[in-house]
Amino acid sequence: MTLFTEIRPLSRLSEREGADVTRNGAVLGSPKPAASAAPAAKPLPIAVISTLTIAAILGLWSLASAYALVSPVFLPSPAQVVVAIYNLIVTGFVDATLAEHVGASLYRIFGALVASILIGVPAGLAIGMSRVGRGILDPIVEFLRPLPPLAYLPLVIIWVGIGEASKITVIALAMAPSIILSTSAGVRSVSKDHINAAKSLGATPRQVLRHVVLPSAVPSVLTGIRIALGAGWTTLVAAELVAATSGIGFMIQSAAQFLVTDIVIAGIVVIALIAIVLEYVARLIEQRLVPWASHR
Amino acid sequence: MSTLSLHDVSLRYPPQPGPRPPRDNFVLNSINLKVASDELVAIIGRSGSGKTSLLNLAAGFIAPTSGTIAVDGVPIQGPGAERAVVFQDDALYPWLNAQDNITLPLRLKGVPRVIRQERAQQLLDLVGLGDSGERRIWELSGGMRQRVGIARALAAEPRFLLLDEPLGALDALTRARMQEFLLRVQNRSGAGAILITHSIDEALILASRVLVLSPNPGRLTAEIEAGFSAEILAGAQVERVKATPLFKRLHDGLTSLIHSLPNEEAAA
Repeated sequence: MTLFTEIRPLSRLSEREGADVTRNGAVLGSPKPAASAAPAAKPLPIAVISTLTIAAILGLWSLASAYALVSPVFLPSPAQVVVAIYNLIVTGFVDATLAEHVGASLYRIFGALVASILIGVPAGLAIGMSRVGRGILDPIVEFLRPLPPLAYLPLVIIWVGIGEASKITVIALAMAPSIILSTSAGVRSVSKDHINAAKSLGATPRQVLRHVVLPSAVPSVLTGIRIALGAGWTTLVAAELVAATSGIGFMIQSAAQFLVTDIVIAGIVVIALIAIVLEYVARLIEQRLVPWASHR
Repeated sequence: MSTLSLHDVSLRYPPQPGPRPPRDNFVLNSINLKVASDELVAIIGRSGSGKTSLLNLAAGFIAPTSGTIAVDGVPIQGPGAERAVVFQDDALYPWLNAQDNITLPLRLKGVPRVIRQERAQQLLDLVGLGDSGERRIWELSGGMRQRVGIARALAAEPRFLLLDEPLGALDALTRARMQEFLLRVQNRSGAGAILITHSIDEALILASRVLVLSPNPGRLTAEIEAGFSAEILAGAQVERVKATPLFKRLHDGLTSLIHSLPNEEAAA
């Protein structure tokens, strides 16, 4: 045990005492690192593992097609699918190019998104802030939330017809519960100190809502929108499979009827890619709009 | 000069329904306290003695079960800008930068932007953060955040500052520096202050009066007139003041008094 009678700079201390500094008999530091110690193997980054997995799946798929393990009617080769996507872009399928099908689908999803935000955010605020609002809206949301959208699609078609309105309504109904619940959760999780601070600085109840509750709930609302986009996208494709004359879901359904499997797979790949892009854009918007969310 | 007064204030929460036997929720009993707008009064006591409840009552966040709280004889009707609170965990708004946090009270009053910016710069200069106005809250250290919190409270032009352990979350070195800073800023602001703290040192350095709150239920049981803050404001060094026999005697006396009080945590 070393007893210090003055404060000495650590560098001088370590020079003088080096590896002899011990506590309970254990060596705390050594001036020379052990030369024989082998460097630890670096673990493979997750991105590399994911890339290898995708490559392996594509490889197996290519082999299965090349050796005709599965009939090309059921499983065309990856190259055929790439050609199909190219043809879709250039010439199209069932009277519309890929861009037109995607455009029709995106029009529906963004129309529904706007509608569900206009309904969902005020409804979420009402549930989060008022007992009466919660009493009225909670049972409706809880009834709607677990329902598969395709279960009420026929009813919506009966009510609003087969046109765009029915699809947008169904997608909006599928999206709204996520936005409503996230908004109300965001409102309810506002820090009590934040509210009290505003009150003690002279804020009226309306100002507390405007300057504290709403900004504080924004990250939660954006998360709700991101989840809603996922739910909306799934519902969109399903709705287009049932009742549509354009759109990516309709394109797949038509291709399936004629056993044009490469178009079916091309459509699935496009759907997945769009979903990934939407998720990425939503995350980017979150980072831009609420950079503080991860710091509270 | 303004006065914040608590007259015969008691606080009792109704027993909570539940499987546990009902606990006595008698938090504060017959508190009488007068704070003038030229003094800083510290309230010390153990955890659970009701210090924060007392501050919440003064702020108007909760209403007393009995008794009255008044500013210049007018009973308070809830929170108000004349009693601005500084919180232990700063309660700054992360979606606003330092300057916008500070000017929020002015924005609430509808003060034009140009005047708000001018006032923000004055307050930032006052708290020693002159060039940090544009910085995000999470880019600031704990001490800087508390400075912003104090500047924000001062922007409301309060007659009283209610300080709820504002330095409690800071490391020891920053805390020591902030104590003197807080003393000077409060003195220059012309607002009276109630300081809740665990630290006997802090109470003695900052306050002109130190009150001891005993638990179960909370009662004000002792009062010390401490003149050290006036000495420090007149230029005496904090370390010198803390080394004087009088400071040590008062410190030891308060320590043994607080240790002799029943322990709420042991009783719970």
